[in-house]
Amino acid sequence: MSIIVGNDTKLVISGLTGREGTFHGLRNRDYGTDVVAGVTPKKGGQDVEGIPVFDTIREAVDERGANTSMIFVPARFAAAAINEAIEAGIGTVIAITEHIPVHDMLATYWKAREAGVRLIGPNCPGVLSPGKANVGIIPAQFFEQGSIGVVSKSGTLTYQIGNELKQAGLGNSTIVGIGGDPIVGSDFIDILTLFEEDEETELIVMVGEIGGDAEERAAEFIAEKVSKPVVAYIAGFTAPPGKQMGHAGAIISGSSGTAEAKKQALEAQGIRVGKSPTETAQLAAETIGAKA
Amino acid sequence: MDLLEYQGKQLFARHGVPVPDGRVADTVEAAVEAAEEIGYPCVIKAQVQIGGRGKAGGIKVAQGRAEAEEHAAAILGMDIRGPRGEGPFTVHQVWVERASEIEAEYYASIILDRSAKKLLAMLSTMGGMNVEEIAEKDPDALVRRHIEPNNGFGDAEAGALASAAGVAEDARKKTAALLVKLHRAFNESDATLIEVNPLVVTKDHDVVALDSKVTIDNSALFRHEELADLEEGFIEDPQERMAKEKGLTYVKLDGDIGILGNGAGLCMSTLDVVAQAGGSPANFLDAGGGSKADAIVDALEVITSDPKVVAILFNIFGGITRGDEIAKGIIEAFGRIEIDVPLVVRLDGTNSDEGLGLLADADLPNLHLEKTMLGAAEKVVELAKAAG
Repeated sequence: MSIIVGNDTKLVISGLTGREGTFHGLRNRDYGTDVVAGVTPKKGGQDVEGIPVFDTIREAVDERGANTSMIFVPARFAAAAINEAIEAGIGTVIAITEHIPVHDMLATYWKAREAGVRLIGPNCPGVLSPGKANVGIIPAQFFEQGSIGVVSKSGTLTYQIGNELKQAGLGNSTIVGIGGDPIVGSDFIDILTLFEEDEETELIVMVGEIGGDAEERAAEFIAEKVSKPVVAYIAGFTAPPGKQMGHAGAIISGSSGTAEAKKQALEAQGIRVGKSPTETAQLAAETIGAKA
Repeated sequence: MDLLEYQGKQLFARHGVPVPDGRVADTVEAAVEAAEEIGYPCVIKAQVQIGGRGKAGGIKVAQGRAEAEEHAAAILGMDIRGPRGEGPFTVHQVWVERASEIEAEYYASIILDRSAKKLLAMLSTMGGMNVEEIAEKDPDALVRRHIEPNNGFGDAEAGALASAAGVAEDARKKTAALLVKLHRAFNESDATLIEVNPLVVTKDHDVVALDSKVTIDNSALFRHEELADLEEGFIEDPQERMAKEKGLTYVKLDGDIGILGNGAGLCMSTLDVVAQAGGSPANFLDAGGGSKADAIVDALEVITSDPKVVAILFNIFGGITRGDEIAKGIIEAFGRIEIDVPLVVRLDGTNSDEGLGLLADADLPNLHLEKTMLGAAEKVVELAKAAG
């Protein structure tokens, strides 16, 4: 097993014909991901190194059986591309594009929820299930197959921790970059739920950073609903206090959003928090060792 | 993008939200002229993006020309710190507006609630400064209602919010009408926050926005020509100004170790690890994904222009970013600018072997290559201590 992407993934890439789309799409295919189609309006009938290109996602679903889409189109068209995937009956949408207007994402978020579509991102590095499938821009060579699930707001920080885990002799079931935008399709709690149900995953590493209250909410959820061990890391202890506009933000979150507040919320629920990426990997190794 | 009070009020006015008549001024003469046009009494308000201006002496009422001149001279150029010590922010502009005769002060806001993935409207009849305190002590005094994505926010919803908050009967209709317009302004201008504190009921029973805090989603600015040419606040810090011109994400800190990382998360983590090793970071600089050599030269130029910096750490874990590009940038920077402090480089990830090879061959002065993030942090702290 693994979560979100795996051996059953049949990927259609919106924006495959663009420079970045081609580069990462081909890398995903080289890794072993079943890339069945690309979509670019008015370029239907072409191909990118053997990957057929269609005008619409609907055609990619009908003719190639695509069940997962990756969004690599420019920000101003990206929400429309996600909506198109939802309407075409795609089950999992992974949006890599950054700078999508938040009002667009708000409408798209509810469209995905109502349709029962799993949306990851936007502004995320994607999802990698080592040995099975890579959808996105995560450099797969730094990860190995194993039993640790990783869920993270950050990209490069995830690579750092994944690499430290690898050096500690540990591999991953799935690495999920949920993205750091104000509105993301799936948050920590959604992914923790999937890892809890996944047989391959024995331990979960959660990587957060300052801002918002997603980590605080995840801490409560872990205490109530997650039986597997969780190790956390929070970045941003030395970050300067952000300039806050008005009072509304502080009123609704009920949290200062600082790294210290997040660490305390996690530790209050008995979750161990690493001081550095290195220590986080060590804590994971220790915990897995103790379990085995 | 955070708008200044007057920019927010101009946005309100475009959407039919009642605001007092006012003018913006950046000199004492212009402020006096504005006051004369508007008439007395008028209010002179410092235009800085931080709360607590009134307490800091940045908001003053003028009864006549002499007072207008005196207050404008005092406020223009003053440094204001935020309630949590943010800043200081220097006042470069004042907003001069007609003084309102106030019957009651409310608080109103609409914000994007990230957890609920909905907009949240809030209203309280206890407006003024300490809304957070009121919300905590007496939660019922601040009424919160999510705006359902499919329902919208019309007269009925706004009216229900106003009566739940206990808005006086004779002001309810006007308050509701104003809230509906605020919501429209929020959606049409791609805002993520609109806060009005205070929202006032005047002696004539009008409902007017006396202040504004507006944040616009930067990602949506491409579809807002009316906001594109707003003057962004002047950046005081020379390095922050330089970084902005070069399109780099840079934040000045108090310490003496210059930091560059790729990706915000890894960069924040690098600051933390350096602090844990006993060092004090001079800045946050995120080189971003896929940085090319030119961006690295720019980044080194910004970091080395800070006279406090005595040592520099580059912490790169390449995903899209390629280690050979980073190395080329470092080598080029040594050719183009003077780098007279030690530079510690930790390069891992995509093409890092090629990058490390290039750096080894270039044999640059005072360059230290480290294998791990912790090792690099310890090394740069040691070098900084030796230099300090």
